[in-house]
Amino acid sequence: MPEDPNVALDTWAEQTDYKWGFVTDIESETLPPGLDEDVIRGISARKREPEWLLEWRLEAYRHWLTMDEPEWAHFPDHDWRPVDYQAISYYSAPKSDEDRPKSLDEVDPKLLETYEKLGIPLEERAALAGVAVDAVFDSVSVATTYKDKLKEAGVIFCPFSEAVHEHPELVQQYLGRVVPANDNFFAALNSAVFTDGSFVFVPKGVTCPMELSTYFRINAMSTGQFERTLIVAEEGASVSYLEGCTAPMRDENQLHAAVVELIALDDASIKYSTIQNWYPGDENGVGGIYNFVTKRGLCEGDRSHISWTQVETGSAITWKYPSCILKGDESIGEFYSVALTNMKQQADTGTKMVHLGRNTRSNIVSKGISAGNGQNTYRGLVKIRPKAVNARNYTQCDSMLMGDRCGAHTFPYIEAENDSAVVEHEASTSKIGEDQIFYLNQRGISSEDAVSMIVNGFCREVLAELPMEFAVEARKLLEVSLEDSVG
Amino acid sequence: MLSIKNLHASVEDTPILKGINLEIPAGEVHSIMGPNGSGKSTLARVLAGEESYEVTDGSVTFNGVDLLDMDPDVRAREGLFMAFQYPVEIPGVSTKYFLRAAVNAVREHRGLDELDAYEFLKEVKEKAEVLDLDTSLLDRSVNEGFSGGEKKRAEIFQMAMLDPSMCVLDETDSGLDIDALKIVSDGVNALRNEKRSFLVITHYQRLLNYIVPDRVHVLMDGQIVESGDRDLGMKLEEQGYAGVEHPCGADA
Ligand SMILES: Nc1ncnc2c1ncn2[C@@H]1O[C@H](COP(=O)(O)OP(=O)(O)OP(=O)(O)O)[C@@H](O)[C@H]1O
Ligand SMILES: [Mg+2]
Repeated sequence: MPEDPNVALDTWAEQTDYKWGFVTDIESETLPPGLDEDVIRGISARKREPEWLLEWRLEAYRHWLTMDEPEWAHFPDHDWRPVDYQAISYYSAPKSDEDRPKSLDEVDPKLLETYEKLGIPLEERAALAGVAVDAVFDSVSVATTYKDKLKEAGVIFCPFSEAVHEHPELVQQYLGRVVPANDNFFAALNSAVFTDGSFVFVPKGVTCPMELSTYFRINAMSTGQFERTLIVAEEGASVSYLEGCTAPMRDENQLHAAVVELIALDDASIKYSTIQNWYPGDENGVGGIYNFVTKRGLCEGDRSHISWTQVETGSAITWKYPSCILKGDESIGEFYSVALTNMKQQADTGTKMVHLGRNTRSNIVSKGISAGNGQNTYRGLVKIRPKAVNARNYTQCDSMLMGDRCGAHTFPYIEAENDSAVVEHEASTSKIGEDQIFYLNQRGISSEDAVSMIVNGFCREVLAELPMEFAVEARKLLEVSLEDSVG
Repeated sequence: MLSIKNLHASVEDTPILKGINLEIPAGEVHSIMGPNGSGKSTLARVLAGEESYEVTDGSVTFNGVDLLDMDPDVRAREGLFMAFQYPVEIPGVSTKYFLRAAVNAVREHRGLDELDAYEFLKEVKEKAEVLDLDTSLLDRSVNEGFSGGEKKRAEIFQMAMLDPSMCVLDETDSGLDIDALKIVSDGVNALRNEKRSFLVITHYQRLLNYIVPDRVHVLMDGQIVESGDRDLGMKLEEQGYAGVEHPCGADA
């Protein structure tokens, strides 16, 4: 007999396995676990950093020591295991750090294999899609392509550690400008121990000739990941940056506490897109990544524009609020989000739009999908400061529930301190319709395809914001996450 | 084509269909009429395989195979089509995208090659013309914001695209203005052939002037209480259902 769609949806929730759980066997040069000032000095020394950066790290560390770990009261169901910061190893690099490969031919074939398995054949992607790829493997960047083309345009796109050496004045000028080292517990920790990440600088008037992308991947056992990304677009410049990741299967919770800072000067625009698929843990909530990221963009200049788009399907716990500070007059901030939680995953995500300048606008579209025992929370703040005359915000939060063990929560906070502000909020919660699945079935479409079609339809406005090749990947990811869902 | 024997079905333990017997030979058009709540849509949905209805007794064979044993999507691919009384909206999914997926799922099942985008659009154009369907509707999300009439027309358009052998039309005429009724009926008539059968559920004799049935059945309280030729439809229009004798004499 045909099966009950309700049961089938539950089965999906239970059966979804993490397709990309594998471990690459590459010898790592790893610092022993633990954190103190010597470890930070060790990291800094291994990266041959200038004195000012070491001091900056140490100051962040000393501040971090005075801070309390955030409370996790809003994750009531999760088997929260406190992070043991002394059990983490803060530095791990592929062995061949000294003589980094100059081209793809020199890259460890196993590493390339890893990318293949992830569906990210580096050379293919780069060549076919015209994407410049700065691949971060664990803590050290191992391959960078398309450098010449970017160089011609005057765009700097390189590993963060390289920027520290080659463009120290730019790094020093902008690092910590948007997310100060003492901003929050995890940002402070990141500032103290970050190992690498990406640096992008697009000079005045330049439109970056290609999409920039970076793939992050947690690999070495118990190695916390502390990426640091800094993107600066000068007057009239524009750039689109893509970040995506998957992680291997682990039984141990791993911490991911990245910091991303964006700065847009007058008339500049930055589009930052993320696909996040870190290991979510198993159906019992064992293992999985803790994803505590600080992402913030500063619309420094007039008419500047920062747009965040994210597709979050992974991690055991995600705690993430990509935000915009709309300082320049007529600046625009956008946030488009799809968050999917399944099994025992918890996502608490949203954005902060802080309106400081006149005629500033922000737009928020959030789509949460909850299945299994997943909990999905939208938490957003729209703050209109007194000088932000004629500020506008539009917020739309839609939640979709699959099965009856999951949850969706919406917490929109609005603080308007200027009477001319117009703030609109719309929200909806729906169950994935059995009538919709049946309708599609009646047209010959399998339940599995029906669910993925409905979910993709639900997310359409957000997926449409992604650059083409990323949208395809995102759709595939949602589909894979929905495999075995029914039938 | 379709053979329904002693079909009983319940919803949440309430019996709705109470022993339906119906034979629809290939190429014939049968109509079902009956008062509100008599079980017409239930019959259609049970045939299409909706889960909330539990078949408690009886059998249905479709082209010689057990229909009730198949999942709803398999029934569709085997050639059973139901035009919904209330077509469902699917936000964010373009009608064209959905329809191409449906057409190709059906084609694959039948051992045919997938239609590529060009062939698909060519077929869309042809079929849309017959039904006088505004193809800009197809760029919108499935049924979302369609007017009542547009939804019904889109259902028949989908039917034409999917090339089914057994078509169940649940009140496709309700909500259509007189011009649309003619267009939709013409569309259905154009699909009539010796291999394709229809089960047309309606409240109105008027439809049967356009789609002339071979047989008319009256459904009351979950049973077929009278069958006849198209004259039965006219008689019902004149006398209403009160004139129809209930087999048990219960609530007639
Ligand atoms: N899902 C359901 N839950 C509860 N009762 C139902 C359900 N579906 C149908 N019924 C009941 O079954 C009976 C038959 O309904 P059905 O929709 O088949 O009637 P119908 O003949 O199509 O009526 P109409 O002419 O109004 O379309 C009604 O009393 C209806 O309330
Ligand atoms: Mg009905």
